[in-house]
Amino acid sequence: MTADPSQPPLRAIDAGLLPCRYCGTVWRQAQEGQACERCGTVLHARKPDSLNRTWALLIAAAVMYLPANLLPVMITRSLFGTQSDTILSGIIFFWVSGSYGIAAIIFVASFLVPLFKLAALFVLLVNAGRRSDWRQEERSKLYHVIEVIGRWSMLDVFVVALLSGLVRIQGFAEITAGLGIAAFASVVVLTMLASLSFDSKLTWDGRPSAKGKTNP
Amino acid sequence: MLEVPDAIVCESCDTVWRRTPLRPREVSHCRVCGAELDRHAGAHRRRLLPLSVASLITFAVANLFPIVEIELRGRTSQTTLAGAVVALAAEGRSLVALLVLATTIVFPLMQLLILIWLLVPRAPRELPGGFAWMVRTMQSLRPWGMVEVFLLGVLVALIKLSGLAKVLPGPALFAFAALTVLLTAVLSFDPRGFWDMVATPSARAGRAGRRGQDSAA
Repeated sequence: MTADPSQPPLRAIDAGLLPCRYCGTVWRQAQEGQACERCGTVLHARKPDSLNRTWALLIAAAVMYLPANLLPVMITRSLFGTQSDTILSGIIFFWVSGSYGIAAIIFVASFLVPLFKLAALFVLLVNAGRRSDWRQEERSKLYHVIEVIGRWSMLDVFVVALLSGLVRIQGFAEITAGLGIAAFASVVVLTMLASLSFDSKLTWDGRPSAKGKTNP
Repeated sequence: MLEVPDAIVCESCDTVWRRTPLRPREVSHCRVCGAELDRHAGAHRRRLLPLSVASLITFAVANLFPIVEIELRGRTSQTTLAGAVVALAAEGRSLVALLVLATTIVFPLMQLLILIWLLVPRAPRELPGGFAWMVRTMQSLRPWGMVEVFLLGVLVALIKLSGLAKVLPGPALFAFAALTVLLTAVLSFDPRGFWDMVATPSARAGRAGRRGQDSAA
């Protein structure tokens, strides 16, 4: 891992190198769209249509975010009547009943993380689209964070699935999944697909590179 | 198309670095963006097959036994993971049921089976069937296996129910906990290491060239 420290770091795209996304082999004199000779993956310098695809998925996720939070995710029928819970009312229920830890976990996983992912992807997309060199290192770390935490939002989907499978005692108590859980699950899947289709290399495309310095 | 064998390109920021040999347990990071560049496969490789088989057994226990049983006014109800999926589908939430089925059963199981298939001892230089397809599938499935998230979901569900009914943890709950630990160990292996089993054309040419020189000498 060495490079000439007096020169700005050299990017593969400027050096005429194409790395394979799957096996990591670096190719010289390879054309965009050719298959990697080691693993067969089609080689691309940047993920094709990354910005458009990610924007489309992000907008779809943002649209679904409303029904995900407004529609009931869980419907409880018991001797005491029927109760519909949304994501937020579930969190409030835990909070007022004294389970602060659980309330915090669900609040973070189901409310904050999806919202944070939508906002973070928006920031990444806007800056990548402008080829901005603003805070590239932080943006790169931000992308890494949303990749790692995205899956934890599935928590509520699993809770509802388990409860609706478990609590079905005829006449006494029954829990069913509301339409909100379908909307919520789609938000999680769409934001995960969005972060997968975003090419993190676009974050760095606005920086000066070795080649850019020598021939502007 | 020529291979540049001593180069490594940062996946996150596209910077080209010279590959340096790593010592066991060493991990190299990109100096521009901080992303991981390379890690030494190390002794982990040898532990991977037994760990994968252990995960598969734990996986079977986790799915065949009830996760939890509740008792409410003398009546009991219990469920397995598959039971929860079936209940969701029966309520008309088929897509959500499919998602739960995929992320907690199908994808983790596929990853384990592929790993075991790739790691079963074979004659030297013999590649397992469907090698490229399998390694690529395993790499793509990685973000979608969510056993550890499911375990947290089970715990939240248990606490939610504890006020409503008497809750008895089932054998699968402990199996899920063990499975989470095992899978964390198994999946810390970088699947890129598998591609080293396939030599690139230029590396093959290089080996053939060296062999030629050896016989000449």
